[in-house]
Amino acid sequence: MESSEEHRHIVGYGQLAVVLALLLTLTGVTVAVSYVDLGFLNVPVALTIATLKAALVLLFFMHLRYEGPIIRYSFITTVVFLAIMIGFTFWDVAFR
Amino acid sequence: MASTIDTTGVRIGMWIFLYSEIILFGGLFVLYAVYLYEYPELFAQGGKELNRIIGSLNTVVLLVSSCTVAASITAIQRGKKGQAMACLAFSIFCGLVFVVNKYFEWGAKIDHDIYPNSATLQDGEPGLNIFFGLYYVITGLHGLHVIIGMVLLSVSLVLVHHGRITASRYAVLENSGLYWHLVDLIWIFVFPLFYLVL
Amino acid sequence: MTAAHSYLEQSSPPGRSGWKAWLMTHDHKRLGLMYLWAILFWFVLAVFLGLLMRTELMGAGRTIMGAETYSSMFTLHGVIMIFFFGIPAIPAIFGNFFLPIQLGADDVFFPRLNLLSWYLFMFGGGFAVFSLFFGDGFPDTGWTFYVPFSISSAGNVSLTVTAAFILGMSSMLTGLNFVTTFHRMRHKGMGLMKIPLFTWSLYATAWVQILATPVIAITFVLVVLERLLAIGLFEPDRGGDPLLYQHLFWMYSHPAVYIIILPAMGVISEIIPVFSRKAIFGYKGIVYSSLAIAIAGSLVWAHHMYTSGMSDVSVFVFSLLTFLVAVPSAVKVFSWVSTMYKGSIAMSPPFFLSLCFIYLFTVGGLTGLVLGAAGTDIHVHDTQFVVAHFHFVMLGGTGFAFFAALHYWWPKMFGVMYRNRPAYVGAVAAAVGFVFHFVPMLILGMQGMPRRYYDYLPQYETGNFLAGFGAYLLVFGLLLMLLNLVLSLRGPRTAPANPWGGTTLEWTVPSPPPMENFTASPEIKDFPYDFSEIVANSKK
Repeated sequence: MESSEEHRHIVGYGQLAVVLALLLTLTGVTVAVSYVDLGFLNVPVALTIATLKAALVLLFFMHLRYEGPIIRYSFITTVVFLAIMIGFTFWDVAFR
Repeated sequence: MASTIDTTGVRIGMWIFLYSEIILFGGLFVLYAVYLYEYPELFAQGGKELNRIIGSLNTVVLLVSSCTVAASITAIQRGKKGQAMACLAFSIFCGLVFVVNKYFEWGAKIDHDIYPNSATLQDGEPGLNIFFGLYYVITGLHGLHVIIGMVLLSVSLVLVHHGRITASRYAVLENSGLYWHLVDLIWIFVFPLFYLVL
Repeated sequence: MTAAHSYLEQSSPPGRSGWKAWLMTHDHKRLGLMYLWAILFWFVLAVFLGLLMRTELMGAGRTIMGAETYSSMFTLHGVIMIFFFGIPAIPAIFGNFFLPIQLGADDVFFPRLNLLSWYLFMFGGGFAVFSLFFGDGFPDTGWTFYVPFSISSAGNVSLTVTAAFILGMSSMLTGLNFVTTFHRMRHKGMGLMKIPLFTWSLYATAWVQILATPVIAITFVLVVLERLLAIGLFEPDRGGDPLLYQHLFWMYSHPAVYIIILPAMGVISEIIPVFSRKAIFGYKGIVYSSLAIAIAGSLVWAHHMYTSGMSDVSVFVFSLLTFLVAVPSAVKVFSWVSTMYKGSIAMSPPFFLSLCFIYLFTVGGLTGLVLGAAGTDIHVHDTQFVVAHFHFVMLGGTGFAFFAALHYWWPKMFGVMYRNRPAYVGAVAAAVGFVFHFVPMLILGMQGMPRRYYDYLPQYETGNFLAGFGAYLLVFGLLLMLLNLVLSLRGPRTAPANPWGGTTLEWTVPSPPPMENFTASPEIKDFPYDFSEIVANSKK
C-alpha cells in the first residue's frame, strides 16, 4: 500500500496563480462576448469558453492532470454519459 | 488490515462520488437544454432580467476560492500549517460572499413577484416561467452544495488547526477540496447559461 | 477451525458484543446477512401483495378490493420489488459477502461507508413504511410516478419517492465501494482476467449504479419540488413538457433493470461451471458482454416511450439501439449452454434453479424483442404482455438467480447444509407455477387486456382465473424454499469448506468464514475456473 508518497506532485503557488489569471481572463472574455449579438452562436461560444475554464479547474486545481488511468477514463465516461443524456433526448425534442 | 492508508483508493472513491454529483446536476441540464431549444427568445429575455454584474462577481469569487483551496493543499503538502489555514479560511469566506449575494439576488427577484408559482410567472409567458423555474431549482441546488462545501472546508480547517491533517495525511482536505472544485465547476456552466444567453 | 473463530461469533471491529457487534459492524459478511434478513422481509411482503392482486384479478368485477386499493397495491408491489429487492438483493447480500473474498481481500475498501449504505437502506425502508400508514395513503400512481398524476395525486407521493431517493444513495455508495475495492484491493497476482465472473458482473453493475442512480435522484427531487412549489416544469400550460419527466425517469430506470439482471447473470456464471465440472466457456466473452450490457443498456431508455408522443425519429433510433442490447445477453446464454456441453453434470438445487433461470430469462429476452420492435410494441404496450415480459426476466431471471445464489452460498455463509428434497420440490413448484402464472398473461396481453386495471372485459376472465392458480403454486414454491433454508439454521454447523467442488476463493476458506476471511494467504490460480484438481480428486 502506498503512502502519500506517490501523490507528491505539488502544484506550486505560481502555477495556481497563472491558472487563476487564465480563468479570470476567460471569464472576462465570456462576459464581454455576451454584449455582442452573435445570434445563435452566443450559446455555443459561451459553452466553449465554459468548457475551457472547466478543463483548467479539472486539470490543475483538481489535479486530474496527474491522476492515473482509472480516474481519467472514468471521468471521461461520466462526461460521455452526460452528453448522451442530453444528446439522445434531442432525438425526440428536435424532431417533433 | 492495511496500516498505511491507500490514499489513491480514497481519492478514487471521492472522484466516483463527484461523478454522481455531476450526473445529478446533469439531469437539470437536460431540462435546461431542451427548454432553451424550445424557448430561445424568452430565455434571452429572462437572462436580461438577471444581474450580470452580481453573476460575474459570484463567478470570480468562486474561481478565486477554488484557487485558494488548491493553495491550501499545496501549503499542507509543504507543511505550512498557517498558510493552509489562511487559505482555507479565505475560501470559506468566499463561499459566504457567494451565498450572501445569492440571498440578495433571490430577494430582489421575489420582491418583483418572480418566484415559483408567483402570479407574474403564472400569468406571463410560459417560456419565462420555465426559465425562472429552472433558475431557482438549479441555483438553489447549487447553493445547497455551496453550503455543504463550506461545512466540509470548515471541518478541514478545524482538523488542520488540531494537527489532524498534516503533510503526510491530508486526504480529508484533498477530498473536501475536490468537492469545492465541483461546486465551482457547476457554477462555471450555470453562469453563462442563465446570465449570458442574451 | 473452531466455531468461535468464525465471523458469526467474532466481531469487526474487535471487542464489540451484543447488538452493537452487528449494528456497528465493519464486517462485510455481517452486513451481507443484515441485508439478507431485511430484503427477505420486503420480498415476502411484496410477494403477498402480488398474490392479493392476482386473487382480485381471478374474478371479473370487484373480487376482494376496489379500484383505488388495487392501484395502491401495484404501486407498492412495484416500488418494493424494484427498489427494495431487485436492485439491492444480489449486490448487497452476496456482493457484500463474497466480492472481497473472491478478490482475496479482507473487506471492502470503505467498510464504514458500507455500514452507512445499510443504514440508508433501513432508513429508506422506514420512510416507505411510514408512508403506508400516515397521511393520505400510499400512492396509486404506479412505481413509475408519471407526471402529471404524481404531482396532483393525493397520496403520499413525496414520502415514497423520498424513500426511493434514500435507497438510491445506498445503492450508489455500494457501487462506489465495489469499484474502489475492485481496483485497489485485489490480492497480489490476481490480474483482471483472473477475477471470478460474479465479481466482474458486480463491477459492471457498480458503474451503472454510480452513474444512473443520480438521474432518478434528481427526477424524484423535481417531483417533490413540483408538489410543494408548483413550478410547472412538466406542465404544458406553464411551458413544461411531461415527456421530459419520462425521459429522465427512464434514463435511470432502464439501466436499473441491468443493475437487476447483471449480478444475477454473474451468479449463473459461477454456478454452471461448478456443476458441469468444466471451465466456463468464453470467460472473456462473458466479461466483455457484462461491460457491453452496462454500456448499451444506457442508450435505450426511450423504448419505454414509443407511444408517448415522442418523435418518430427517436422511436426509430431507440428501437434500433434496443436490438443491440440483446446481443451480449445472447453471448452469455450461449456461453452457459456451451459450458454444460460435454461437462460432467452434477444436479443440485442451485444448478436446477440456474437451469430454470436460463430458460425463463431466454423467454423473457425474446418477449423483450417483441417490445423493443416499435411496430409490435404498439400493439402490446401497457398490456399484460409487458407485465409478463418483465416478470420473466426479473422473477424468472433475477428471482430464480437469487434463489440459486441462496442455495449455492448458504452452506458457506452459515456453515449448515439444507435438505435437498424440499429445495427441489419448492423449485419445481415455483418454476411450474411461474409458467402457469405468466404465460396466460402473454396471451391476455396480445388479446388486448391492459395492465394496472383491477377489472377487465369478460373474455379475459378464463385466462386470469387460470393465472391465479399459477400464482398460488409459485408462491408456495418460493415460500417452501425459504422455509427450508431458514429451518436448516437449526441444524449443526457441519458444512465442509467446499461442498460443491467450486474453484473460486470463497471455497478455500472454512464454512462459515473466519472474521478476517483468510487465515493463510490465498493462492491465486492462473484461471479461476480450473477444475482439473476437482475432477482428479473425485476420481480417487
